[in-house]
Amino acid sequence: MKVFNAGGLVIGALLLWGCNAVVPNSGVDLNEENFKFDTPEFFVASVGDRVLFEVDQTTLSPEAMSILDAQAGWMAQNTEATALIEGHADEQGTREYNLALGARRASAVQNYLVSRGVADNRLRTVTYGKERPIEICSTETCWSKNRRAVTIVSVTGSS
Amino acid sequence: MKRYVHFATACILWSLTLGAAAAQSPGPLRIEITEGVIEPLPFAVPAFVAENAQAREFSQQLAQVVIDDLVGSGLFREIPRAAQISGITNFTSPVQFSDWKAVNAQALITGAVSANADGQLVVKFRLFDVFAEGPLGSGLQFVGSSQSWRRMAHKVSDAVYARLTGENGYFDSKVVFVSESGPKNARLKRLSIMDYDGANVQNLTDNNAIVLAPRFSPDGTRVLYTSYETGLPKVFVLNINTMQKRALDDQPGMTFAPRFAPDGKSVVMSLSTGGNTDIYRVDVRTGKRTRLTAAPSIETAASFSPDGAQIVFESDRGGSQQLYVMSAGGGEARRISFGKGRYGTPVWSPRGDLVAFTKINNGRFHIGVMRLDGSEERLLTASFLDEGPTWSPNGRVLMFFRETRGANGAPSIYSVDISGRNLKKVRTPGFGSDPAWSKLLK
Repeated sequence: MKVFNAGGLVIGALLLWGCNAVVPNSGVDLNEENFKFDTPEFFVASVGDRVLFEVDQTTLSPEAMSILDAQAGWMAQNTEATALIEGHADEQGTREYNLALGARRASAVQNYLVSRGVADNRLRTVTYGKERPIEICSTETCWSKNRRAVTIVSVTGSS
Repeated sequence: MKRYVHFATACILWSLTLGAAAAQSPGPLRIEITEGVIEPLPFAVPAFVAENAQAREFSQQLAQVVIDDLVGSGLFREIPRAAQISGITNFTSPVQFSDWKAVNAQALITGAVSANADGQLVVKFRLFDVFAEGPLGSGLQFVGSSQSWRRMAHKVSDAVYARLTGENGYFDSKVVFVSESGPKNARLKRLSIMDYDGANVQNLTDNNAIVLAPRFSPDGTRVLYTSYETGLPKVFVLNINTMQKRALDDQPGMTFAPRFAPDGKSVVMSLSTGGNTDIYRVDVRTGKRTRLTAAPSIETAASFSPDGAQIVFESDRGGSQQLYVMSAGGGEARRISFGKGRYGTPVWSPRGDLVAFTKINNGRFHIGVMRLDGSEERLLTASFLDEGPTWSPNGRVLMFFRETRGANGAPSIYSVDISGRNLKKVRTPGFGSDPAWSKLLK
C-alpha cells in the first residue's frame, strides 16, 4: 500500500491553481481526499490527464509542460503504473494527416515524460486522429479541446 | 460466425445478336465531353419486351436502371414515358422512327428479356440513332442469373454510354465505403459495399471497432482497410468472397492509409513509429516491408499511378501539407501542388492524366483535380468539409464524402463530374464516408 505523500499533494495543488490550462475531465469535486493519490481517478482529477495543442502544431506549450511535469511526478511516485498516451486532432484536417498528427502529439508527450525521468518502457502511444472528438461543435471552442494528448494511466496490482 | 456475402455474381456472357448487320452509322450522334456546357442528349428507353412470362417482372425494372444510369450521368435527358407515342412490343420488328422523331428522342434503346431453360435471364438491347434512322453499333445479348439483373442493365448502360460518348462507361461497378451511425462523439463505423448507384448494400464488418478508408484490390476480390480492432490502427486485408480477413503484416507499429499497387502484389501504406509517419511498401504474399520515405516530416496517403511506376502522396516536409510525386521505388520526390492552402488525399486517375485531391483553404474544404505537373488546378466542390475523392472506372466522375458542420454534423457520400457539374448525393442506408470505387466488373 502506497504511503500517502503529502509533499506531492501540495505541489499538485499548487500546479492546479496556477495552471489555467488544466481541464479536469470529470466535473468532480476537487477535494483530493475523495480519491486516493495512487489511483487513475486522482491522476485525472488532480494531476491533469491532458494537454492541448495549437492548430496543426505538435509543440508543447509552457502550460502543457507544467501538466506533464505533474504527470511525471505522479509516475515517479507510482512506480507500478504504466500509461497509454492518445494523440488526437480536430476535424479541420484530412483523415490520414490527422492520424499522423495525432501520432506526433502522443509522441511529443511521451518524449517529454521520458525527459522528465519516466522510463520509456512504461509508456505506449496510439493515435486517433480526428476519430474520437470530445467536443462536437464546429468552432474553435470545441476544436481547441479536441486537439489534445490524453495520458491514461493504469495501476496494476496492489494498493 | 462466418457470414457469407451473397453477391449477384454473374456469369454474364456477351454475344452478338443476329440480323441488323445493316449500315452501321459512324455516329454523327455523339456527345463530346468537354468542360463546356453540354446540352444533355435526349433519349428514350421503352420498357424491355418480356419474351416469356417469367421475365415479365424485369421488363420495367431493367429499363428504369438504364434510364437512371444515363440520366444520372448528367449527359442524357429522358423523353418521359408519358410523352412517347408508341412503345416497343416486339424486339425484332422494324422501328417506327417517325414516332421517335416526333418526341425528339435522338437516341432510342430497345430491349428484351426472357428466362431461359436454366432459369437464367437473357437480356438483349439495340441502340438506334433516330434521326439517321439506323442502328448505332450491333445489338448485344447478356446471360446471367436473375439476381444479377441490375448488373445486366448497367452493362447495357455502359455500352450505350460508350457508343454515344466514345469513352468507357462506369455503371457496372461497386463502391466500398464506411457506414457510420451514432452521435458525433461516439460514432460507430463499419465497412459496407454497394453498387455504384446505392443498390445492394451489404455490410462487410460489424461496428465493434473503428474502421477507416477501405480500398479495393485491382481484381476487386479484396479490400484493404485500417482497423482499430487490436487497439491500434492497423492495416487489414479482407477477401470479400470468403469474408476471411487478416492483418497485412505482423510487424509492430501503427499502420494506415493503404493502397494496392496496380498488379495487386504489393501495398503502399503509412507507418507511424516514434511519432514519425513515413511511406512503406509491403509485399502482400510475404509481408516484407520496404521503406520508401525517410524524413522527419509527415508522409502519408500514397496512391499509385495506373502503370504502377510512380506514387503521389502528401507530405508536410516543406512546412505545410502538400502533394508530391516520386518513383514507386522511393527516392527523390517533386512537389506538384502550388496553390494557396493545404492539399491532401491525392488519388491518381485511372486515365493517368490527373490527380484528384482534397484542398483546405480559408477554412473551406474542396475536392479538386490537377495535372501531374500541378498545372490546370480546378476546384470542383466547396463546403465545410469535403474530403477523400475516389475515381470512377472511366476517370470522368469522382465520389467523395461531405460532412456537415456542428454538433449534429454527419457525413454523406456525393459524386461530381470532373467538369464540376452534376453534384449529387449517393444514397446510403445511414451516414457514409470514405468511398472507394471499383473498376468495371467483368
